[in-house]
Amino acid sequence: MSDVVEKTLTALPSLLSLDSQPGSAKLSSTSKLGSLIRGITELTSKHEEEKLIQRELLSIKEQVASPNTTMRQMKELMVRTIYCEMLGYEASFSYIHAIKLAQQGSVLEKRVGYLAVSLFLNESHELLLLLVNTVLKDLQSTNLIEVCMALTVVSQMFPKDMIPAILPLVEEKLNHPKEIIRRKAVLALYKFYLIAPNQVQHIHNKFRKALCDKDPGVMTASLHIYLQMIQENPEGYKDLTGSFVTILKQVVGGKLPMDFNYHSVPAPWLQIQLLRILSLLGKNDPSTSEIMYEVLDESLRRAGMNHNITYAILYECVKCIYTIHPKSDLLEKAAKCIGNFVLSPKINLKYLGLKALTYVVQQDPKLALQHQMTIIECLDHPDLIIKRETLELLFRITNAQNVTVIVEKMLEFLRISKDDHNTIDLVGKVAELAEKYAPDNEWFIETMNTVFSIGGDVMQPDIPNSFLKLLSEGFDSVEEDRKLRLFAVNSYISLLQGEPGKLPQRFLQVISWVLGEYSYLKEDLESAAVLRLLAKLLDMKNSSSETKSWVFMAMTKLCEGTAGVSVAQEVSETYSSSMDTVLRQRAQELEHLSQDSELCAKVLPRGGDREHVEVDSSLSFLDGFVSEALAAGAAPYKPPHQRQEELAQAKVLSLEPYSLSLPISMSSCSITDRQSPTLLSMSSGLSGDSTDLSHKGGSTTLKLDGVKRVWGREGYLSQKEPVEESAQVEVPSPVRSPNQQEEGDSSHSQTPTVTPTLGCEQEKQQLASSLFLGLSTQSPVCLMGKSEPAPQRFRRKAKSLNTSEQISNSLISSPSAVDNLLCNNLLDSSITSEPDLSPPERTTELTTANGTCNTETALTDSGMKGSNPALNRDNSVDATDPPSHEDMDRPKNVCLMSHLPAELCGLAHSEITPLCTNQSLSLSACHVQKEDSLVLVVFINNCSDSDIQQTRIQVDSEDLEVSCVGDSPVEELRSLSVAVCQYSLTVKRPLVNVEVVGMISYQLPVVTTQELQFSYKLPLSSFIRPLMVSTEEYGTMWLAFSNDTKQNLTLISDEQEPLAATLNVLRKKLQLHIVEIIGMEGIVACSLLQDQPCLMHCRVHAGTLAVWLRSPTPDLPDCLIYHCQRALQCH
Amino acid sequence: MMRFLLLFSRQGKLRLQKWFTPMSDREKKKIIRDMTTMVLARQPRSCNFLHWKDLKIIYKRYASLYFCLAVENQENELLALEVIHRYVELLDKYFGNVCELDIIFNFEKAYFILDEFLMGGEIQETSKQIVNRSIEASDMLQETMEEYMSKPAF
Repeated sequence: MSDVVEKTLTALPSLLSLDSQPGSAKLSSTSKLGSLIRGITELTSKHEEEKLIQRELLSIKEQVASPNTTMRQMKELMVRTIYCEMLGYEASFSYIHAIKLAQQGSVLEKRVGYLAVSLFLNESHELLLLLVNTVLKDLQSTNLIEVCMALTVVSQMFPKDMIPAILPLVEEKLNHPKEIIRRKAVLALYKFYLIAPNQVQHIHNKFRKALCDKDPGVMTASLHIYLQMIQENPEGYKDLTGSFVTILKQVVGGKLPMDFNYHSVPAPWLQIQLLRILSLLGKNDPSTSEIMYEVLDESLRRAGMNHNITYAILYECVKCIYTIHPKSDLLEKAAKCIGNFVLSPKINLKYLGLKALTYVVQQDPKLALQHQMTIIECLDHPDLIIKRETLELLFRITNAQNVTVIVEKMLEFLRISKDDHNTIDLVGKVAELAEKYAPDNEWFIETMNTVFSIGGDVMQPDIPNSFLKLLSEGFDSVEEDRKLRLFAVNSYISLLQGEPGKLPQRFLQVISWVLGEYSYLKEDLESAAVLRLLAKLLDMKNSSSETKSWVFMAMTKLCEGTAGVSVAQEVSETYSSSMDTVLRQRAQELEHLSQDSELCAKVLPRGGDREHVEVDSSLSFLDGFVSEALAAGAAPYKPPHQRQEELAQAKVLSLEPYSLSLPISMSSCSITDRQSPTLLSMSSGLSGDSTDLSHKGGSTTLKLDGVKRVWGREGYLSQKEPVEESAQVEVPSPVRSPNQQEEGDSSHSQTPTVTPTLGCEQEKQQLASSLFLGLSTQSPVCLMGKSEPAPQRFRRKAKSLNTSEQISNSLISSPSAVDNLLCNNLLDSSITSEPDLSPPERTTELTTANGTCNTETALTDSGMKGSNPALNRDNSVDATDPPSHEDMDRPKNVCLMSHLPAELCGLAHSEITPLCTNQSLSLSACHVQKEDSLVLVVFINNCSDSDIQQTRIQVDSEDLEVSCVGDSPVEELRSLSVAVCQYSLTVKRPLVNVEVVGMISYQLPVVTTQELQFSYKLPLSSFIRPLMVSTEEYGTMWLAFSNDTKQNLTLISDEQEPLAATLNVLRKKLQLHIVEIIGMEGIVACSLLQDQPCLMHCRVHAGTLAVWLRSPTPDLPDCLIYHCQRALQCH
Repeated sequence: MMRFLLLFSRQGKLRLQKWFTPMSDREKKKIIRDMTTMVLARQPRSCNFLHWKDLKIIYKRYASLYFCLAVENQENELLALEVIHRYVELLDKYFGNVCELDIIFNFEKAYFILDEFLMGGEIQETSKQIVNRSIEASDMLQETMEEYMSKPAF
């Protein structure tokens, strides 16, 4: 195949002079590009090239700017500019001219213009907007070539937000009589689907039409879209399985026109696309898989030719057969196929064979056994890519018996590999295997040491975290724990005595932590000696300040005895004047704690019990202290944001650090945290008044979903294997290996192809037996899913689960990571369509001005039953107002209702509450929820039999803006009549409950002026309105808001879906808008009246609902959480 | 889906670049540098596939020119190899016994052929005849419209 182009051009300049050469025949010596290229090839240095190109660009710049340049010249200039750009020289001056050329040129010039645009600009370039009009024009052109060009450039690059402008035109092209246009239109839509799936949602049925197009090319193009859509939602397209199978059958059967053949294989691209679609559809679905078996068999049979393209199809077939519901005779054929790949002398096929093996080996470990000798050969292959792929395969078949050999091979590879991406990946795998299957302590610690040294600072941060977690939690046996820790200490001491300067920072941090915690286990070790070793780390130039913090923490835990204290003093003296505030603080801590050994023992108890300690996050034990301080005249606690605000108002230079935006959970300050240097500083910042914290407390935890938990299987080991037993594994027993070999050979008569010298062969056999140990014992091939996991050595105790999660989090959590995680969770999930949960239309319906009965019942119902405490309990009525009185009032309320102003009638309103009464007057009030405000309606009822004069009513509030609606307050009130006043209320600043106070003065004919005072309390919840946002909008808003609160709420657990049920209660009672519910998480939005949004993120965690609120308005989250609590309590 | 296609010479000189997903100039420069060093360092008898970040690189050498195609991880490597081969065949058919010089001096033609063959990172047309027909159709146009004196473009 490579004879296609077997002309090598070594000496370019000499060839150029030979006009007889076919290549150079196409060059016109007068062409300017030709002379430019020739000029460049004649140069000798980079510097000369630079000068030449600069000169060239300068002349191009001059010419493109000249008004006399024709479009045809422009085209030629553009080609030269493209060439210069390809050489790496920027020519941004020409971009605008490229667009102009695409706009104004004739067809051919246009084409070069489009090409230049697509090479120069990318999707975000601002000049691209200028292209939109040209594309629009060309899409409407009658010239097919122009339409094609426009479609091509659209799929290459088009500003995302301009898609709607051209979408109708592209859609139209799906009906174009020319198949080439239809095909390009489908591909352009596919591209739109990839970059903006929402915008092509409405044309899904047109995709179906494309799938049924009479031209196979258009049909093929539509499969790209289908593959994508089926990947996202396989359930939705099961009905198409039959069609796809039929198409594949026709293709395999050679029913397509010859044009589609590629090296006499019918439409291989189409076949592979279909196989991929089928494997997605048939996954875990026996009945759908049933339909495919026949055609898969046919495909395997037909793909018999020895050509790359048939192997490509075979590979895809095998993958499909192993993905869908298994069928034994197909599996057999597929396995044979894999064998052909693996044993092929062609290296590309061998590579694919290894990949296929990796893919299937979990279902069929015997297959690896059959090819063990090939695998061994590949392990020593000079090509690193093959080696890497083999390790991937071995990773899949690792068990407790072969772990040492496999990990050794992996580490060997890591030492020679230079690629960061590879290192990160492989180091993670080694750590995973080591934790899962470690045969003994020494091996484990040594392997992890290598992991830390090689992985250095590029590895995933959860590797050191879970390692420390494992050490600190221990296993089931105390003795075993002690041994492991002691071994770690020993190994680290010797490392520090060597050359610690070469160790990566992360490793040093691990070392300091372990020494700080466990060096006391080594009895013959003086703590002063350890301190000195640690102090040496502080003096090293390349230690980062984070590492130094860890070292300081370790030293603080260790300093004791006169020698130790003197080392500590010396160090802390040096660093107490450090420029780094964190280090300075650590140094101070060290200094103080080293002097006061009693305090030190209290703060940092040695070998402390690491059981989870219930933390009283409300700090109620400080109540006594607080009240004492308050009595002594101390100022009451103010939350940080309030303090900040006041500071800002006072225009005083703020000396406080910026408040932590980190979502620290209070409960993460469990006892284990004392070991983490990063957390101590935070917990010191958490001081507070218990009363304020009482709403905030709870056991809010950080988001843990993204944190990889490597050995999370619960339960106890029935009996721990003694160390000696596992030691035997390291030396493969020669007795066993021939047996195994036999087993492999007898079942499938395949012998290794290469036979090197005998000794070498033996070595390989031995390696094989140690590598594939344990595989043969799992002889029953389990077709579905993974084989049973081997018992793990390091098994975490179930009860310490919580603590461990926290420790890992406190070590790694950073605000951005958490934010991102959350954001991703929110943004990239599909809507779970639960009909009565999220649909926004429903909620809109509730709030529309005409107020459906739904809202009303929700509001008035609760009022009637007295089950809404926010309304009833807090309605403090100034005049004494016993409950019995209220009951008597009820009939009166009903008739008062008729006085409600007509424009408010349709809206949701609260129950009418009496405010105050005397002999002549009785006042009642209710509030009505309008979209943009709350209307307070005061009913003044003259119950005396004389008219009242000069009535004057005043309403005011500290927390609310009050404005009178409608006419000025009534002057005169006839006997036994009712007057109504309306006040529109908006919130000045959020409080849990807000109060309106008022006074009415009036004159009776006989008596002089009388006054009555009243007050009316409103819950903040009546100002809450649903906020209609989409998930995307929510995501951006979330990041923009700064005031946040976290809290745990009770979950309504008697329903099938507790989350949905709970959120529904909140929606009904507080009118929150449920944006989306995704699995165990839900996002909810509301706003305080119109302009103060508040977002809520809820997550079901350990039987409670962890909510996290954010808002731009301070205090709003706190108030809202209070109302949520109340709403759920009285549910 | 394909991400990018690069053509470069044995000396590491870029001859053609096609990016199917948006990328900043800096990224492009880095990728070009990485690709040329990685691919040129490969031993002759090793396999044609490489890993780069989360992408798979499929490369093949034709005479003095390296074709280097990056695809997403789940793609079929052998198929990608055939994509390269089909492109070479198309070039060969158009230029008639194509060589590196043809591509250097007529690189915009090479781009046009590529645009007929691939679109938006997917195969658009696998038939040699059809691709050539559409290229020739526009070339014909060129000749009648611009009345080129000599057949070659320059």
